[in-house]
Amino acid sequence: MRYREALNQALREELEADERVFIMGEDIGVFQGAFKVTAGLLEEFGDKRVRDTPISENTIVGVGVGSAMAGLRPVVELMTINFALLALDQIVNHAAAIHYMFGGQAKVPLVVRMPQGGGHQLGPTHSHSLEAMFLHVPGLLVAVPSTAADAKGLLKAAIQDDNPVIFIEHEYLYGQRGEVPENGGPMRFGEAAVRREGSDVTVVGISRMAVTAERAAERLAHEHELEAEVIDPRTLRPLDLDTILESVKKTNRAVIVEEGWPHGGVGANLAALIQEQAFDYLDAPVARVTGADVPMPYSKPLEQAAFPHEEHVVQACLALFKDL
Amino acid sequence: MAREAAVSKEKSTGNGTADGAGAQHSLPDKDTCHAVLAKMMLIRRFEERAGEMYAKAKIGGFLHLCIGEEATIVGSTQAMRDTDYLLSTYREHGQAIARGTPPKTVMAELFGRVDGCSKGRGGSMHLFDMERRFLGGYGIVGGNLPLATGVALQCEYNGTEDAVVCMFGDGATNQGTFGESMNMAALWKLPVVFMVINNQFGMGTALERHSAVTDLSKKAEGYGVPGSRCDGMDVLDVHSATTEALRKAREDRQPQLLEAVTYRFRGHSMADPEEYRSKDEVEEWRRRDPIASFSKRLVDEEMFSEEDLEKLDQEAMATVDEAVQFADNSPFPDLDSLYDNLYVLGEQVRGWWSVDERSPEPHRGEREREAGRVPHELAEAGAAYAGVAEAQERKRRQRQADEEHGEGEGEHAADPRDVEGGGD
Repeated sequence: MRYREALNQALREELEADERVFIMGEDIGVFQGAFKVTAGLLEEFGDKRVRDTPISENTIVGVGVGSAMAGLRPVVELMTINFALLALDQIVNHAAAIHYMFGGQAKVPLVVRMPQGGGHQLGPTHSHSLEAMFLHVPGLLVAVPSTAADAKGLLKAAIQDDNPVIFIEHEYLYGQRGEVPENGGPMRFGEAAVRREGSDVTVVGISRMAVTAERAAERLAHEHELEAEVIDPRTLRPLDLDTILESVKKTNRAVIVEEGWPHGGVGANLAALIQEQAFDYLDAPVARVTGADVPMPYSKPLEQAAFPHEEHVVQACLALFKDL
Repeated sequence: MAREAAVSKEKSTGNGTADGAGAQHSLPDKDTCHAVLAKMMLIRRFEERAGEMYAKAKIGGFLHLCIGEEATIVGSTQAMRDTDYLLSTYREHGQAIARGTPPKTVMAELFGRVDGCSKGRGGSMHLFDMERRFLGGYGIVGGNLPLATGVALQCEYNGTEDAVVCMFGDGATNQGTFGESMNMAALWKLPVVFMVINNQFGMGTALERHSAVTDLSKKAEGYGVPGSRCDGMDVLDVHSATTEALRKAREDRQPQLLEAVTYRFRGHSMADPEEYRSKDEVEEWRRRDPIASFSKRLVDEEMFSEEDLEKLDQEAMATVDEAVQFADNSPFPDLDSLYDNLYVLGEQVRGWWSVDERSPEPHRGEREREAGRVPHELAEAGAAYAGVAEAQERKRRQRQADEEHGEGEGEHAADPRDVEGGGD
């Protein structure tokens, strides 16, 4: 099953299971979704449960927050993560703060879904990877599924949870196939997946980069006789730091791979946590492989040059062994 | 209709004038008049005392008082059903009280105490009372319009007869969320009354300096939301206009924009030197004081005696005394509650420690309330500064109060806290 179909299945199952669940967003109904994630849902559930909205991101999310406070369970789709920037006020000042600032009286069981990532030549306003921006905010949960199974299990969990969830998909992953368990239920946030076991270096891959990291690990094994342990955190808030630390304590080396920008990124955060909590175990500095520090360029060679590929991960891992 | 008289009067003289109201509504029964006047007086006395408590540094941060806007607040909320929802701005002590939130829990919130209506997390700008469907004061100008639209969507979705009133200031009509929310509410036929409390200023910027269209009731017409206007200084006019707007929103599923033309007698916040308006202008509006004018009518029409008024005022002051005493006796929140209610605990978040990264020590398996040694010590070390800051602040405000009372032409100390965005 493709990643987008797994998401569609999760939405369908949750719409069926709970009358309070509804989905809304730009062109998710009649148009079936910019990336076809919501295909067929309008026909099946009607326009009360599957709502096309005007192009008003801040208010779409705010309507989600308000309806969630009043007892519904909205799932909002934003067409790309860049458009979520128009809704940052509702996400940060409202969705994330309301349960806390009103002393726990109101809950915001809202899911905001959005795709991120480069590789499709969509240029500097439709291709970024901004998970670090949402990771920054207390009160939000942040999911970054990289497989079809995780996409389905985590989306179901997100819809069933009482906290606001930023659910970050990836444009490249939508078409990727993967096994999805029959009748699979919700998955738990805060449980990393070890995609590949290894004893030489820990590679943590975020979102699509979990896939890139796994491919790099294959090359490291075949071409360089290095066994990398690949960890996909799957959710960044809560973060399964324990699994990462246990791995680092075994391998004594860590590389973090993300598509987003280097400054204040997921890797910067994770490198700090690893050095704070596993400093004595490290045989080399924690390394990061990140996207280039530029707005995503349109031109194909420039775009490909601006985000990490297997080769970058392989080189970063090898560099950790150079001085031995 | 009397309201139309008031509206046309406003139109003929333009905004910002302080002449008398239009034709009068007849008085409702004595019990209703009693309830309305009692609420307005209570809000006035509450706000005056809150101002005093701010000068004594019992209250921190910003404090926005609604003195002058009592008729707008009470007239509109009296038109609501108990099951209707209200969302307001950061100038919302009056709204909470009008909806029935006990003044003592409002005062405790201003004091930052554990018995505050938001448990000391929100402060003056973020009061909340789920039980009474007062869904909050909000500190972001225009931030509550999408929320109100969402609450109204829930009413529509579940097929209830509930409606929503969303209050915001004249400044908020310039935000993008204003147009976005009007459009979506009209498109989806949601039961919501958007009530713009036009108090003539977006913080310190006068209406005609911040909005190209100064008849705010017209500002949503292009989005399919009809507008009307009422005299925000006349509690009966506000009540009548809100009743009609709510009826249309509830029964016809037609969202409404209702403008209440009013004036705040105090500054935008306590840290406002009011250099943007003249004392004469304030005086002119003060002659239309909504409480004094309603009281006068009640006496003139022999429904109330001067003694009745005096008695009501005494009751209001007693309630406020009690509120201050309650707030003073309420403890500050426990330091180990710092992380409480950050998340709804459950399947995905099993304890605050599962999302905290400030402490290098492992947390897993700890119970929620036990913050652990390091986070507790960090909180203790931080909280120790609270006492120091409070003493300094009390001194600064005392100095400022002395200067003002000394008739010195307000040399207002530059305070970094005086710089504030937004406005209503």
